[in-house]
Amino acid sequence: MAAQVMLTPVTLIILGIFLAACSGVPGLFLQRGTGQGQKIATFSLLAGALSASIGAIQVIRTNLTEIYTSGWRLPFGAGELGVDPLSALFLLVIFLVATCAAVYALGYWPAAKNPCTERRLSLFFGLLTASLALLVLARDAITFLMAWEVMAISCYFAMTVESQRTEVRDAGTLYMVATHTATLALFAMFALLQAQTGSFSFPTAHSLNSQTSVAAAIFITACIGFGLKGGLMPLHIWLPSAHASAPSHVSALMSGVLIKTGIYGMIRLLTFFQLPPLWWGIFLLIAGCISAVMGVAFALGQHDLKRLLAYHSIENVGIITIGLGVALIGQATGNIPVTILGIAGSLLHVVNHALFKSLLFLGAGSVIHATGTREIDSLGGLARSMPYTAFYFLLGAAAICGLPPLNGFVSEYLIYLGLFGGITGGTGADIFFLALAAPALALVGGLAVACFIKVYGATFLGHPKTKSPLAAAEGAWQMLAPMGVLTVFCIGIGLVPQLLADFLLAPIAVFAPGQVIGSRGFLTLAPLAWISVLAAVLIALTVLLTGLFLLRCRNMPSHQSVTWDCGYLQTTSRIQYTASSFAEMLVKLLSGVLRPRYQQPQLKAIFSGPASFASHLPEALLDLVIAPFFRSIDERFSLLRRVQHGQLHLYIFYVFATLVALLVWSI
Amino acid sequence: MNTFADQLLVLVMLINFILLGSSRMTVSIRAVALQGVVLGLLPVLINNFSFHLLLISGGIILAKGVVIPWLLFGAMQRVQIKREVEPFIGYVPTLLLGAVTTALAFVFAARLPLAPEHQGLLIIPSSIATLITGFLVLTTRRKAISQVTGYLVLENGIFIFGLLLTEAMPMMVEAGALLDLIVGIFVMGIVINHISREFSSIDTTRLSALKE
Repeated sequence: MAAQVMLTPVTLIILGIFLAACSGVPGLFLQRGTGQGQKIATFSLLAGALSASIGAIQVIRTNLTEIYTSGWRLPFGAGELGVDPLSALFLLVIFLVATCAAVYALGYWPAAKNPCTERRLSLFFGLLTASLALLVLARDAITFLMAWEVMAISCYFAMTVESQRTEVRDAGTLYMVATHTATLALFAMFALLQAQTGSFSFPTAHSLNSQTSVAAAIFITACIGFGLKGGLMPLHIWLPSAHASAPSHVSALMSGVLIKTGIYGMIRLLTFFQLPPLWWGIFLLIAGCISAVMGVAFALGQHDLKRLLAYHSIENVGIITIGLGVALIGQATGNIPVTILGIAGSLLHVVNHALFKSLLFLGAGSVIHATGTREIDSLGGLARSMPYTAFYFLLGAAAICGLPPLNGFVSEYLIYLGLFGGITGGTGADIFFLALAAPALALVGGLAVACFIKVYGATFLGHPKTKSPLAAAEGAWQMLAPMGVLTVFCIGIGLVPQLLADFLLAPIAVFAPGQVIGSRGFLTLAPLAWISVLAAVLIALTVLLTGLFLLRCRNMPSHQSVTWDCGYLQTTSRIQYTASSFAEMLVKLLSGVLRPRYQQPQLKAIFSGPASFASHLPEALLDLVIAPFFRSIDERFSLLRRVQHGQLHLYIFYVFATLVALLVWSI
Repeated sequence: MNTFADQLLVLVMLINFILLGSSRMTVSIRAVALQGVVLGLLPVLINNFSFHLLLISGGIILAKGVVIPWLLFGAMQRVQIKREVEPFIGYVPTLLLGAVTTALAFVFAARLPLAPEHQGLLIIPSSIATLITGFLVLTTRRKAISQVTGYLVLENGIFIFGLLLTEAMPMMVEAGALLDLIVGIFVMGIVINHISREFSSIDTTRLSALKE
């Protein structure tokens, strides 16, 4: 009996969180540089992930919804933790990505080579994982905010391990400012929520009236707070530099999971309200479209492998938000199939993006580990020296572009179905926006394909453009195995998505109760079995055509030569398509918003001397709007800085003068 | 309240003037130590005798009269500084300021809305006068050790105010405050050493170099 009590799903999850939180602690007391602490941390995290995942799967299978109130009283009331299928789905994603990233770290950031930073990284990585998991379990504002802050700060320490580099410090500071602005918005949101419900506990699902002005204010503050964390387009400024400067496995966790907490928060908040107004859905739809299109447009112009992937995270959060917007529009118009397709697509894309984006970041990490550079234009030809990484990266790239037969296609397909369902069954203003969102989503898919052809071509194909890729070698098994696991998941979801229907239905029911349709109903709504059939046909066709082609080639005469050399006498590896030149046309087309900068030589004579050309795509919003705004504020307030002079005596005098003034005033 | 306690409070205020007027560090530290001992005696004199009070007094005398001066003398030996030269405001002006503020403290105390049993006592004015003395030392002196004495005097002022509440205040609070003080002085001692090693001087104005 006691054993049964011990092993409820909830205790398993809590045990998992505890193991993850403490995973880095033993390493602090062991000798540094031996790698024992790192091994213990990884095993502890693995054990925790296993325990929590078993618990989470049980929660989803049994459709368990429970809330536990802590015995001790925190400030502002008791802490409340709870599980439901929605939390469990996010828990699964968190622990899967964290496990893969932790194993990867053994090869990528080994203690033997990084004795000074490994312990810090292991500690905060575990803490970050635990706080992420705690966040999705929180059922009152205070616990939620505490987990939110632990998450933000442990992420800061994990991403700034290379703090001797200025860019890393700057990225960290920017991240800190952004995350605290998000927290500020959340404080406002929870205060408003408390004003409406009278307590800091999360209200029961679908209990709040959404037509009041307070509800609108809650929605807007939530969009700011969760949008900042999720990286929705006007609020994404921290995301590219933070993802680029973190160690790659931390980037994977950040991009795969951390930014999804914004999505989770949004979904959780929306479950509080009954019948959201139509404009909420339209607002999210527009925000999602802007994020998705602009994210991929910015990604096209990037030269930095990880910055590029970071912009794709913005794009994918946009796609998830589109799904959420579709679901809200469905709810507002009473169109149940549209609601279910939208939220299903949104949740599945959360899972999918976590899988393929962490796969891509780990792949990028392997490239950086092997070559020591993030510049796409100095790489090239890595497919020969790193065949496994190249293969995994290729599959991840195909998945993120939404190409069948991989997982990205399935979730985008669901969102498309939702959009089309809303257009055919809609009545009012929503048709217009849904009809615009569908081509936007298609545009995003097309641009993403272009972008990843550029990345893959410039990094893995062709010849090395500089010396750095020459000595590249495949990483250790600890780096390859996690990528393999993630790839298997990507292919699995892409090939047999109908197995996931049961897993998605329980979380969907949290969002849209009373509209439960059962897995059979869901499968008629979204014919996922056909995806399997089509995927099988696609694979069979590909194999057949490749086989035929090879068969034909065998009987042909062949000789080795260079590619078309444009009439030059001798081709060099520098005469190749670079990433910048490949994307040049699209970047020029979109230059109105991207604002690329070029440094080009002025050719004065026919035979001019050596010249150089450089192009750069700045973070337009940060460099052209936000930074100048704060700089002008800085100038306006420079007078105040004289008060802040560093003279201790005068500071004490300020205190003294204030004290005397207050005393005199009080009499 | 007996007159002996009042006389001790007058002594405390006189020690304030010694602190404001002396340039030698040794004198300042000894004066602060004496002030601490005098203050340590006060709780026993004011209230009815109890074991609790005896413990508090013993602890205060030990901390303020022995441990802290010993730490300060140690710090002084290490940094080899004997005098406070060129304070921001000279000794005579600060003495005058101290006199004015002490007088004002009496005026001020008379106008405070106090409980009837506390009116007409020297405790409030001497407490305010000592507080202000602490602030004066803190704002006008340059050397880190003088600053420490300033903090000590400031704390003494607060302690005198606390005398009104001796009955109500649990011993743990007192003990905690004392421990804080000793740890504070200890830390300041280390800081003083580091300042002197870093800037070859314990002039706290040099600390503004640390500002970004």
